[in-house]
Amino acid sequence: MSNIEERVKKIIVEQLGVKEEEVKPEASFENDLGADSLDTVELVMALEEEFETEIPDEEAEKIKTVQSAIDYVSSHSDD
Amino acid sequence: MQSLTDKVALVTGASRGIGRAIAEALVAQGAFVVGTATSEEGAQSISAYLADKGQGLALNVNDSEAMAASLKDLEKAHGSIDILVNNAGITRDNLMMRMKDDEWDAVINTNLSAVFRVCKTVIRGMMKRRQGRIINISSVVGTTGNPGQVNYCAAKAGLVGFSKSLAKEVAGRGITVNCVAPGFIDTDMTKSLTDEQKQTIFNGIPAERLGKPEEVAAAVSFLASPGAAYITGETIHVNGGMAMV
Repeated sequence: MSNIEERVKKIIVEQLGVKEEEVKPEASFENDLGADSLDTVELVMALEEEFETEIPDEEAEKIKTVQSAIDYVSSHSDD
Repeated sequence: MQSLTDKVALVTGASRGIGRAIAEALVAQGAFVVGTATSEEGAQSISAYLADKGQGLALNVNDSEAMAASLKDLEKAHGSIDILVNNAGITRDNLMMRMKDDEWDAVINTNLSAVFRVCKTVIRGMMKRRQGRIINISSVVGTTGNPGQVNYCAAKAGLVGFSKSLAKEVAGRGITVNCVAPGFIDTDMTKSLTDEQKQTIFNGIPAERLGKPEEVAAAVSFLASPGAAYITGETIHVNGGMAMV
């Protein structure tokens, strides 16, 4: 497991209050992990802080699953 | 008893009038208050009256990026903002048929759009900490209407709808959003009313006097206090009975 993947999953666990084993790559925040729209906004905010980046709104809207969050961060992060 | 010890408050338009009274009331409750003004001169006068209980800050609320940067510096220096009071406001009165586009735009921009921008910046920290108080200063005329003020009344009524919607969005995060709607208060803003306007207004105030800035500040201070945690999306009218809503 890459470092980024671990960090993203840790944030999802913290933000959404879910168990680590529920955070599967295909899991949807809203459909599987019980997030509402504001939870998703907060999750993006937390990702922005962790990875010191700014996620534009049109990109943030596409981050709906665990894998899409990992993919976004992986392709926009230097570390 | 001081109920706001260790809290940080941001009050826009704090150099005089109602804003100054609000800043002083929050300080009296133990908060550290940052008061904003549009000019460096205004910011200095705020720093002078707040002394070691706060500071003045020149803030251009119409420039989102510059504002976000100054607020970030501010939170770094004094801690996250717990209480936001959007008080800054202007008037550009004119009968609608004579009102220029720039008179409309200036009032909507400063009195309504700026509140959106400041809230958007400040609410991030409040969301993270699961607590916060936002108090928007509306006006009785946002409810009653007032000839010569279509711009001002539209902005002030807009704040009420804005506050109710935001209140619903963030209530689950421990943040309350309310309005205080002053009636006619003895400030520079009401001093500029014509005698004819004043007479009409006085006839409609059962309390038969203008309100004091401190009487508006008391309502703001209450909404900022721990006791008001379950009040959100509400408007408290402070108007001597001139409009009972």
